[in-house]
Amino acid sequence: MDIHEYQAKDILSGFGVPVPRGGLGYSPEQVAYRAREIGGDTWVVKGQIHSGGRGKAGGVKVCKDEHEIFDAANDMFGKKLVTNQTGPEGKIVYRVLVEEGVDIAREIYLGLVLDRSTERVMVVASAAGGMEIEEISAEQPDSLIRQVIEPAVGLTAFQAREIAFALGLDPAQIQQMVNVLNGCYKAFTELDATMVEINPLVVTGDSRIIALDAKMSFDDNAMFRRQDIAELRDKSQEDSRETQAADRGLSYVGLEGNIGCIVNGAGLAMATMDMIKLAGGEPANFLDIGGGASPERVAKAFRLVRSDANVEAILVNIFAGINRCDWVAEGVVKALEENPVDIPVIVRLSGTKVEEGRKILSQSGLPIIRAATLEEAADRAVNAWQRDLTHAAKIVAE
Amino acid sequence: MSILLDRNTPVVVQGITGRIAAFHTQEMIDYGTNVVGGVVPGKGGTTVHGRPVFDTMKEAVAATGCTASLVMVPPPFAADSIMECADAGLDLCVSITDGIPAQDMMRVKRYMMRYKGSSKMRLLGPNCAGMITPGQALMGIMPGHIYEPGRVGIVGRSGTLGYEAASQMKELGIGVSSSVGIGGDPINGSSFKDVLALFEADEDTDAVVMIGEIGGPQEAEAAEYIRDHMTKPVIAYVAGLSAPKGKRMGHAGAIISAFGESAPEKVEILQSVGATIAPNPSVIGTTVQSTLKAA
Repeated sequence: MDIHEYQAKDILSGFGVPVPRGGLGYSPEQVAYRAREIGGDTWVVKGQIHSGGRGKAGGVKVCKDEHEIFDAANDMFGKKLVTNQTGPEGKIVYRVLVEEGVDIAREIYLGLVLDRSTERVMVVASAAGGMEIEEISAEQPDSLIRQVIEPAVGLTAFQAREIAFALGLDPAQIQQMVNVLNGCYKAFTELDATMVEINPLVVTGDSRIIALDAKMSFDDNAMFRRQDIAELRDKSQEDSRETQAADRGLSYVGLEGNIGCIVNGAGLAMATMDMIKLAGGEPANFLDIGGGASPERVAKAFRLVRSDANVEAILVNIFAGINRCDWVAEGVVKALEENPVDIPVIVRLSGTKVEEGRKILSQSGLPIIRAATLEEAADRAVNAWQRDLTHAAKIVAE
Repeated sequence: MSILLDRNTPVVVQGITGRIAAFHTQEMIDYGTNVVGGVVPGKGGTTVHGRPVFDTMKEAVAATGCTASLVMVPPPFAADSIMECADAGLDLCVSITDGIPAQDMMRVKRYMMRYKGSSKMRLLGPNCAGMITPGQALMGIMPGHIYEPGRVGIVGRSGTLGYEAASQMKELGIGVSSSVGIGGDPINGSSFKDVLALFEADEDTDAVVMIGEIGGPQEAEAAEYIRDHMTKPVIAYVAGLSAPKGKRMGHAGAIISAFGESAPEKVEILQSVGATIAPNPSVIGTTVQSTLKAA
């Protein structure tokens, strides 16, 4: 789960990481008011979306007076920011952060991640701040400082000092840096984060270290014990279909293609997408109905996939172990009887209770295209989709 | 022999009194698994399917001599159950539970390092379908009937994709020595490499099917092992050729976040060390068949 910059800064500040003075607004008036509260002569207005790279997308503006702040905020609210991380659909700004301007002497990159090779928390830092980590590792790999943290002991003082000295900080700044590292590590472990990124962490003209930007992601699996964090979830920043799916116990990822997929198991779902591509089609989504899916859950999955206007054919691929083919078939029939479709539906059933499942499908009298294997299912789905398109094109032409 | 599990292995089920766990315990018993009991704190002294339930794992070990445990307890308590197995001196722990926090698993892996050499427990999962030695025993939730006993090992992250491979092989008359799920979580117990090493050492396994997916470094690690140590043929498929970067594909671990973690990159790495690649999931069976013929 991702959160906003201002939320990450609130959290980190609570763990002793210095952040600029700032305030959040839901309207240009509020933003201007917050700026007045902060005072000073330079402010930075930042659109809050769940993505980095906002600067290049017009989501960050330096302002010199209240009118500029109002105009900048006014311009940002409701605006769709398209960054290299949001995909072409972009994300809409509903909240704007305004902060005091900071006199930047140098920029540092700091990140903490759950490293899968060492299976530990790893701190990554670089003196080449301000650039994305991908750019740093491509262009200045030697500047990367890494420290792996022993979970039983936590971040040690000497490790924190090693990072601080390797960054070439002045003696007066070393302890500040150690405090920042300790705060980040504490926040990471105590709140079940999967990522903390401060980019840039800046050294100011008067030698203070401040987190100018902040990003945090959290472990979805740990939200049961992190109620405060779970409440920070902002559904406006998520794909609404994914949110709906998650609320129904389904795992869904929207994609750009036309063939909707309903599958059990994450691996098989990915494999089904691969097969569709191979057969010459494009999958519209990833969807895992999970184990022990009831007819109701299958029917819900059906409605969810159909709610995507790009979907022009639906492929159901089930290899039941913990699931039951008869329940899946009931769900498909139920969904189709309630909401008849004019697009091809292809169903492949295998595994537990497969005979019962196939019987339910054939007795329903519905125009379901059946397939016995994974390959057949993908081929038939793509063929039916193409045929349907040709047919539609003919009608339009006539 | 097979790897890790056979018809004699004494197995307990942690969380055996739960509805789903009780159901699968019955399936395991019906398949021939030597289920000797269960562990549920506070339910000691009761029985499930005629098997005794104990409060602690140490009691279960003392009373039944169990050496393997299947963890089917809810996510908030699962990490603790795994550590309890390690401390009780079990040889094998299979964790089906999906949804264990990653930092809990980090601590579990660190804790398991306390036990060295022969007292070190082997962990499969979490978030896996379990393992099966066809014709002998199963620990997990897979449908036993789709596996034919035989001489090809299977190791994979995904449960259902493992079923797909096994059933394609059965259609072609190819049997399985053991099939092992390592699970879809970012931090898991045994890796591909660990399980490949077991199959390499197993006299009754002639070849191994490895089913990977996007995300994480374990396929690349396995490739190094294949290059340096593996004498038996490896047939590999990597799921997620069409998965976009940075999006989690169902499994908590199935997210492309770094170089070498996408499916095409993993395929390339595995191909370069001599693994035979099944280019798509519908030809896993036939690829195994042609590889066995060539060997």
